Amino acid sequence: MTATLATQLLVSGLGMGCIFALIAIGLTLIYGVMNIVNFAHGEFLMISMYGTWLAYSFWGVDPVVALPAVGALMFLFGVLVYYVLVRQVLDGTMHAQIFATFGLMVFLQAAAQFVFGADYHAIDKSWLGGVLRIGGITLPSAQLAAGLGALLATLALYALIFRTHLGRQLRAVSQDRTAALTLGIDADRMNALAWGIGAACVGVAGALLSSFYYVFPRVGAVFVLISYVAVALGGFGSIGGALVAGVLIGILQVISGFFVASTLKFLPVYLLYLVVVLLRPTGILGRQ
Amino acid sequence: MQLQTKLLAAAALIGCVVAGASFAQEKTVKIGALYPLSGQVAKSGEDTLNAIKLAVQVINTTNPDSKLPFGKTAGLPGLGGAKIELIAADHQGSPEIGAAEAERLIAQEKVVALLGAFHSSVAATSSQVAERSQIPYVSGESEATTLTERKFKYFFRTTPSSRTQAQDFFTFLRDVGKTGGTPVKTVALVTENTLWGQEFAKSVEGYFKEFPEFTLAAKITYAQGTTDVSSEVQRLIAANPDVVIHASYDAEAILFAKTYKSFGFQPKGIMAIGAAFGSGAFRTALGEDANYFLVREHWARDLAAKNALIEEVAKLYEKAYGKPMDGTPARAFQATMVLADAINRAGSADPAKIRKALAETNMPGEQLIMPWQGVRFDETGQNVLTRGIFIQTQEGKPATVWPFDFAQAKLVWPRPAWK
Repeated sequence: MTATLATQLLVSGLGMGCIFALIAIGLTLIYGVMNIVNFAHGEFLMISMYGTWLAYSFWGVDPVVALPAVGALMFLFGVLVYYVLVRQVLDGTMHAQIFATFGLMVFLQAAAQFVFGADYHAIDKSWLGGVLRIGGITLPSAQLAAGLGALLATLALYALIFRTHLGRQLRAVSQDRTAALTLGIDADRMNALAWGIGAACVGVAGALLSSFYYVFPRVGAVFVLISYVAVALGGFGSIGGALVAGVLIGILQVISGFFVASTLKFLPVYLLYLVVVLLRPTGILGRQ
Repeated sequence: MQLQTKLLAAAALIGCVVAGASFAQEKTVKIGALYPLSGQVAKSGEDTLNAIKLAVQVINTTNPDSKLPFGKTAGLPGLGGAKIELIAADHQGSPEIGAAEAERLIAQEKVVALLGAFHSSVAATSSQVAERSQIPYVSGESEATTLTERKFKYFFRTTPSSRTQAQDFFTFLRDVGKTGGTPVKTVALVTENTLWGQEFAKSVEGYFKEFPEFTLAAKITYAQGTTDVSSEVQRLIAANPDVVIHASYDAEAILFAKTYKSFGFQPKGIMAIGAAFGSGAFRTALGEDANYFLVREHWARDLAAKNALIEEVAKLYEKAYGKPMDGTPARAFQATMVLADAINRAGSADPAKIRKALAETNMPGEQLIMPWQGVRFDETGQNVLTRGIFIQTQEGKPATVWPFDFAQAKLVWPRPAWK
């Protein structure tokens, strides 16, 4: 095995891993603040991919240009989902919360199938469709952008959560809801914010993803399972953990896909997950 | 005249009348057709049955301009112009219903032969009923290889099995080398991991013995619904095969093609079984990059330019049913003509005689609407003269490029570099 091939595998894994990370970050943020697992997270991804694709095929807008708009719209969509659906079941049992987001997942999938049909749609010419070649190593621009995007998003989130007043409020709600309430923090607003940011993350991931991946009603399921693993592996609620775990998964699956077998490429990923959960149930960067 | 003689004469007369009556009864020959006419694939079932109805109409009516077998005459000449009566039954895609309907068609409707059944699973059960009742069964579109591995005596298949479809890839590659195209030595196989992909991979691997000039450079089996295929493509690049043979569904076809491009993977040819690499979705998703992929098909409308029979049948079909004919109806039409040919040669509606005639079938390619070399069955009942075609997307449109004697466009080989 040459050094070029090794680098190539690492780079390919890194690119894909950043996309997993970006999706996982959105998921873990919502969980961290509210203790609710958003089962419709994959469908948020699907919606943002359809949005990007529509903008491209109807108005010729490149995914790169559409990205901020898709992110912003998904922020609004996340807030909307919180107020219309999630808030109603907040005081209900855990089952009610699970079924609410699970039901949303089924509904969104069926709605997409109804509106767009089961066909595969893809963007044939994107600014990110090309590749960068450096010394025999191929870097698909879209994955490069996704990597940068994921890093930027994580940094921005870190800054927001650990450096701003708003972030302190968010953390306060996630650490002790009742105490935060008595201190006059509007928990409701923080929850909505978490849903908004979580959805915006996946919106950015969707826009980046659609420049090289196709969209169809069940596309969310393909990615979201891996991001659940990334969330658990990194530690529930830990943004840094989701980033590290997402990237780790990306690299692992490319390496095992190359050396072991394509059908078994996620085996080491789940194996690692099992080991981490057994030895450190809180995940790599999770808190006790 | 003595009483005895009178009686004998009367008996002879009665005998003649009875014989005549029974002959008159043979003026129609009943055949049954088992197709999915309701349920998930009702549309395809209906399209296919329509082609059979069209074949029966061609046989039963006169058309002086027709070039098709039985086209000019009314009915089957071998049976004194007997007409074919088609009785269709709906199996809904269910093997159990298929068997029950076969039973009903044979026992109650007294059909002398069966056609069917679109689904290989239904063909398996319904042909078992036919075998037991010793009624010939002709399948024009059920492809599972195992159907002709059951040592049945009454089962005949005109369409190639999924195994023989794999052979076409090798004959194609051999042909390319023979006609001065850049020759191929190494082949990589990329297949999805459900039954279809795995069976195809097995069939392809089985042919390397018969075609020793080719070697298998890499075999990659992937799981459907994968998020990226960069490790798979890296393995292909490392193996550096001359051609890649794919069995993939729509989604992964798009993903693989995009990843090939981004890594600049440049084999001489990328070929596939099934329509995924030449589908409309594939073409819109990839734009210009959809060009030069090769897809193995059974039939194409553009073959009409080389075969007047195809033009005649495709036009009749479009006129009667208001939609273009495609490969599966074309194959069902052909199966009906093969059965009619056997009944005609048997000169009788006796199932045993029809079976014998079917086994002796030897139709030349120029009587067919399929791009085959002919129809001749081996002892398993499989037509051994089938041949697939290869379609290459050129300038965004599908064009038949092989067999070379049927080609509508020149094969672009090796495939040009990615843009």
